[in-house]
Amino acid sequence: MADRIFVNGEQRERTVDSIGALLTAEGIDGANGGVAVARNGEVVPRSEWAQTPVEADDRIELVHIVRGG
Amino acid sequence: MDAKVSSQGMTIAGKNFSSRLMIGTSRYPNQQVMMDAIEASGAEIVTVAVRRVSAEAGGEGLYDLLGDRFHLLPNTAGCFTAKDAVLTAELAREALGTNWVKLEIIGDDETLFPDVEQLLRGADELVSKGFIVLPYCNDDPITCKKLENIGCAAVMPLAAPIGSGMGIRNPYNLRIIREQVSIPVIVDAGVGTASDAAVALELGCDGILLNTAVAGARDPVKMARAMKLGIEAGRLAYEAGRIPRKLYATASTPTEGAIEL
Repeated sequence: MADRIFVNGEQRERTVDSIGALLTAEGIDGANGGVAVARNGEVVPRSEWAQTPVEADDRIELVHIVRGG
Repeated sequence: MDAKVSSQGMTIAGKNFSSRLMIGTSRYPNQQVMMDAIEASGAEIVTVAVRRVSAEAGGEGLYDLLGDRFHLLPNTAGCFTAKDAVLTAELAREALGTNWVKLEIIGDDETLFPDVEQLLRGADELVSKGFIVLPYCNDDPITCKKLENIGCAAVMPLAAPIGSGMGIRNPYNLRIIREQVSIPVIVDAGVGTASDAAVALELGCDGILLNTAVAGARDPVKMARAMKLGIEAGRLAYEAGRIPRKLYATASTPTEGAIEL
């Protein structure tokens, strides 16, 4: 059975093995900024996206900048 | 304008701003109106939020749109705990490359009043992690003093509930706060129209953070300009020093030489 992960609170099958690949799969281009990632409650710096693994039961938060007061 | 008759800007955490207004990016009729309103307001600091990518939050391209032109100040809106606020601030720092944060930790959804216990805890943790912390707080001088002692770069007391447009509900507390702390005092929340902003500045507050009063006005761009002028007028009046209030009249025209019949 495929590994389970949680992306923004939603359960998914793990189909990628790095944060960088997950972002690509989600169609998120964070190259210019405005996007951030947390893995299991810890921020993953942009420079470490490519080599940071996505493992079974990981809880990933993908966020971006939106309007606010 | 002649420096002698123009109002001074403000300094937060060693950074100088010519405008004393911080403006939000939420609830405008559309993006063009938002851009025009921000422009008309003269604000250099513009607030934004951090949300999950899938959320329906209207954030498409906001960073590309504003990032180069303004000092973006991320908020921690919607956080109820210090823990959530700290992670949100860390995500914002990564997304924006700024260590500034408008720290907002609310106690409930109905009043949006700050949870003071969580706020103090969150501020303490963020300051120790090297953040420039601007906390949205109650108009309570003791809380403000504690936030200053923790190392916050400013305090941002509410004048009335967020989005209420009720104006300056407790001018005396704001005056006491201004006297009790040595960091900038920014009125955050409650301003409804330009005269509210002017009053806050006349009381000695250093600046205003607002959103709904402009975004929700019938003509947001005009209201943005009105706020800019209100803030400038209020600050000039504060620097000029108002006359004392007196119960009885004092003639402004000299009485000497008046005819006597």
